[in-house]
Amino acid sequence: MNSHEKPLLQVRDLAIGFGSADPIIRNINFDVQRGETVALVGESGSGKTQTCRAVLRILPKAARIHSGSAYLNSDSGGIDLLAMSEKELREIRGDRISMIFQEPMHSLSPLHKIGDQVSEVLILHRDHNKRSAKEIVLQKFERVGFPDPERVFRSYPFELSGGMRQRAMIAMAMVAKPDLLIADEPTTALDVTTQAQVLGLIKDLQRETGMAVILVTHDLGVVANCADKVVVMRDGKIMESGRVSNVLDDPGHAYTRKLIAAAPNIPHEAEPTSARVIEDPILQLENISKSFDLRGGGFMRKGGIIKAVEGVNLTVARGKTFAIVGESGSGKSTVAQIALGARSPDAGGVIKYWPDSGDSAVEVQKLSGDAKRSFQRQAQMVFQDPFSSLSPRMQVIDILTEPLEIHEIGTRSERKDRAIELLEQVDLDPTMLRRFPHAFSGGQRQRLSIARALALKPNLLVCDEPTSALDLSVQMQVLDLLEEIRDNLGLSYLFISHDLAVVARIADEVAVMRRGQIIEQAAPDVLFTAPKHPYTKALIAACLEPDTTQKIDLEAVALGAGNPKTWPEQFRFNGLTAPDLVETEPGHFVRVEL
Amino acid sequence: MTQLPDEHFVDTAPYDPEEERSKPARPDLDAPNWLLIWRKFRRHKLGLISALFLAVSYLMIPFAGFIAPYTANERNPDHIYAAPQMVRLFHEGKFIGPFVYPENAVRDLEQFRWRYPSDRENPAKLEFFCEGGTHYFLALFKTNRHLFCAPEGATVFLWGADRLGRDVFSRIFYGAQLSMTVGLIGITVSFILGISIGGIAGYFGGAIDWFVNRIIEILRSIPELPLWLALSAAVPSHWGPVAVFFIISIILGLLDWPGLARAVRSKFLSLREEEFVRAAEMMGAKPSRVIRKHLLPNFSSHLIASAMLSIPAMILGETALSFLGLGLRAPAVSWGVMLNDAQNLASIEIYPWTAIPMLPVIFVVLAFNFLGDALRDSLDPYSHD
Repeated sequence: MNSHEKPLLQVRDLAIGFGSADPIIRNINFDVQRGETVALVGESGSGKTQTCRAVLRILPKAARIHSGSAYLNSDSGGIDLLAMSEKELREIRGDRISMIFQEPMHSLSPLHKIGDQVSEVLILHRDHNKRSAKEIVLQKFERVGFPDPERVFRSYPFELSGGMRQRAMIAMAMVAKPDLLIADEPTTALDVTTQAQVLGLIKDLQRETGMAVILVTHDLGVVANCADKVVVMRDGKIMESGRVSNVLDDPGHAYTRKLIAAAPNIPHEAEPTSARVIEDPILQLENISKSFDLRGGGFMRKGGIIKAVEGVNLTVARGKTFAIVGESGSGKSTVAQIALGARSPDAGGVIKYWPDSGDSAVEVQKLSGDAKRSFQRQAQMVFQDPFSSLSPRMQVIDILTEPLEIHEIGTRSERKDRAIELLEQVDLDPTMLRRFPHAFSGGQRQRLSIARALALKPNLLVCDEPTSALDLSVQMQVLDLLEEIRDNLGLSYLFISHDLAVVARIADEVAVMRRGQIIEQAAPDVLFTAPKHPYTKALIAACLEPDTTQKIDLEAVALGAGNPKTWPEQFRFNGLTAPDLVETEPGHFVRVEL
Repeated sequence: MTQLPDEHFVDTAPYDPEEERSKPARPDLDAPNWLLIWRKFRRHKLGLISALFLAVSYLMIPFAGFIAPYTANERNPDHIYAAPQMVRLFHEGKFIGPFVYPENAVRDLEQFRWRYPSDRENPAKLEFFCEGGTHYFLALFKTNRHLFCAPEGATVFLWGADRLGRDVFSRIFYGAQLSMTVGLIGITVSFILGISIGGIAGYFGGAIDWFVNRIIEILRSIPELPLWLALSAAVPSHWGPVAVFFIISIILGLLDWPGLARAVRSKFLSLREEEFVRAAEMMGAKPSRVIRKHLLPNFSSHLIASAMLSIPAMILGETALSFLGLGLRAPAVSWGVMLNDAQNLASIEIYPWTAIPMLPVIFVVLAFNFLGDALRDSLDPYSHD
């Protein structure tokens, strides 16, 4: 057989284990053809990252490859990457196979200039000298979309944003024109609009150079948009693999079906809405701004002032969910903390809270002492990271009864009964009481976190990205749970998220935030079907669904996510004076110049 | 396993999409924190051995007088600079139990030194639970019983004798009583200062934090040895050995706290940002409750590890001071005081055993370092590797 017909990479019977234990990852077989993108999909702990790292033999120290081969074929014949010596392997790494890592913050050396780091590959593998390497690197920088390659060449990593750093990583991986690019969750740490742009870039480069790509991801939307073939992994085994169209359109395995069902859907049709007057509000924020002093680190110096939130007005209706969507740095979490009284707004901001319908409003920002504690009983928060929100030194029962202890409610045995009741409310087993949180998965821990928030029987729950740290299938279960609890207990939610698709499902009203301001606000179906603002359009365009027919509209993403100065004239703002938020249609507010 | 057309592969092993929801996802982590730490610590062989060694050493301290055949300042004018003797079991090919060959001093007029040829004819069997010099057993009961001693007319200097004919072996045990506890007292002082000052800086932040940090930097910029010297030179010379001992350990503690205060402060700052601490604050918990229930339990183990790594510095500090003659003074016995005798190059060359007290110093310091490292590695038992 001619070597050109052989796949570029053939992985056969790969088994990886930790220490002396039996292999955790086993029976891994897949091929990567030239110019093709193969996606390894799975939830955390499925072994997808270890599998792709095994190919380059950059596994953690304790990991051991038990068996298997990974043939890298070329015109001159195939070589087994798993049987090579370290020295031979160094010739391959960065030259014929290169890798992009998940964390753009940690994968570039902070001490070296980006240009030097990228040129290093050329100097090592291609016998270039500094000057000729720089020329090539500058071309690559231009290709990956840096407006000023010279400046980036001289920059240190901390001078660039996450998306820019990931672009630099891509340039570094691409500069030696590898046959195979391994991208380990290259966009997970990025905002959705940046993710769309980075994926688009990888696809473009692939088309130009004809390299093959192994894309590790947990997101079926990414698979549908970028990959030719997909390998679905779970618990270290392949559940299903094949062409993307076959697997996604006609899944053969129950697990694949479950994953597809768990992927969030974006509404494509809307019912006409009318202007809604909220008659029974529970929480109202009026003219909330928050600026932070940038502390210079000393007691004699004063840094600048940064405005995290500017002029936010919103009303949460009783029994409903109000969602705030925005990317990192949009000020959404600050709004959540202000709403709970954990931070005080700048002068002039008013937070009104109605304990019961018909009661008179309480102004949260003025509360102190007992009144504040009573408010804290009624408004609780669910945190983002289920791994840091539960103390590792406390048993489940102590975690769940702590709020009751703080507010001195009930006797010991009453508290215990309440803890059992709470566990049942969130679909967990009472046998958990004496266990410690670290024995549980992210989803289970997030349920515990929700149970703790419910302990004091609150009226209002502020959920700060409660599902963004979870696997997709678990994310759905947690959203189901939150909806169920809201309806059963009559709770109201202020829901913070960066993910429009999650919000589409749970919210009754959505506000999109960008740089501290609400730029568009409407009911979710209206927002998704008839977005007005270019930024909202970009967010929606960047949402990836596990649907092979839908492709990303990169232009819309690039326009909306770019600098506000490049927005169409009626939306444009230069950071100081933005257009006012106006009601363009009943119940639909947009920051636009009419 | 099914291979469908067009390279479509589907695994056929049974699979249930509805898994049990309350089953621990990580059964290996289903245990309290201390047990997880212990499981991880157990795998550090070096740390484990060090812990064992230190435990045995500290357990021996109260029994030092009982184990040592001689008392701390018991002089044998006839055996000045006697060489180490061997405990033997076989005399002329016959097993007669542990014994030593007695030694008698002979003047070597060529080299101007004492020689102690052993008398191979008369083995002196060691006596057990015998009577010797009086000492305090467990620091409570006055007794003259010793674990073993030489019979009348013989001596047992396992590690030789010093310039006054005192037993180096016995003195090392007595020296351990001071040398090994000086670190504990010092660390207590340093702990109290470090935790309170570092805690204040971490909790209040702002100007207080700034001042504390500058003080730490100033303290750290002062050369350590001259400062020790100056402080210990200020100790009145007429004070008794015990008073000097306490003062020395307190001085060591006073100079050690900045490192600990920094560790506490940074741990404090990072823990305050943890969501479970913020959760407790948002539920309305008072600062005292947050510190007691959330901050302290979560950094106590880090404190223990940093303490383990600070103790060796104290032991070395005491040894250095005493070696220079500015720490403990005779008649107090510590390893540093003993090494003071070994300052003379000539005496080390002729009587190398006078430098033996260096060995316990090395072993104890190494053991604390290994133990501290192992502890530090096992403190975060949740990561999987």
